[in-house]
Amino acid sequence: MATVELRFSALPEHVRTARLVAAAVARRAGVDEAVLDEVRLAVGEACTRAVGLHQSNGISAPVRVMLTEEEKQFSIEVGDEAPHTPTGEAPGTPGAADPDAETEEDEMGLAVISGLVDDVEVSAGEDGGLIRMSWPTTPPATLPA
Amino acid sequence: MDLSLSTRTVGDRTVVEVGGEIDVYTAPKLREQLVELVNDGNFHLVVDMEGVDFLDSTGLGVLVGGLKRVRAHEGSLRLVCNQERILKIFRITGLTKVFPIHTSVEEAVAATD
Repeated sequence: MATVELRFSALPEHVRTARLVAAAVARRAGVDEAVLDEVRLAVGEACTRAVGLHQSNGISAPVRVMLTEEEKQFSIEVGDEAPHTPTGEAPGTPGAADPDAETEEDEMGLAVISGLVDDVEVSAGEDGGLIRMSWPTTPPATLPA
Repeated sequence: MDLSLSTRTVGDRTVVEVGGEIDVYTAPKLREQLVELVNDGNFHLVVDMEGVDFLDSTGLGVLVGGLKRVRAHEGSLRLVCNQERILKIFRITGLTKVFPIHTSVEEAVAATD
């Protein structure tokens, strides 16, 4: 189970909230202070992309963000419910009014994520897409033996 | 924090001072501002990013859009930024090659090439 799970309506104004929550949970999990800026940016990019996909596909479901503290790492999953066509294309997919413009913005966000995060997986299926990112954590410094 | 914008004229340049967070929610305001400046005939812009706390790809997109607009009028768009965390975003996206980035407004205003 995620340490903290967040669901928000697919609106641009909530992306900032997701960034703030993710950074707070990451800090608590022991992600290095120097990396928190990257966490903030990466989760913002992933949420921005999900909001865009929900809006352009007319999906009313919320965007999901799962923040999970693991043993030696902290992971973030951002899930959308937009139907992604698995490699190749399914003709007649609804909602793809301006495919070029969308793909461009989509790619910019993904470019930033992959430039920032070493451990990232992007998957997509008919039921939606998922971006999974993780960062190493440093164990609590003062635990008496 | 929201986005703050203010503009002033220095010689033939228009300096846009940006503060706060530029993201998917606030970027449209910056886009409007840049479009308005260009529509009013200001083709040499200096965007001062020193007060920017956060910038994402949506913000980058708006800056690239601004650059396209001024270039259509033989203009220029220069950035002022010394913040490593903001510069890093330009670097990983390769946009340091696209935008002239200066360390001060004075330097950006004086630049000609």
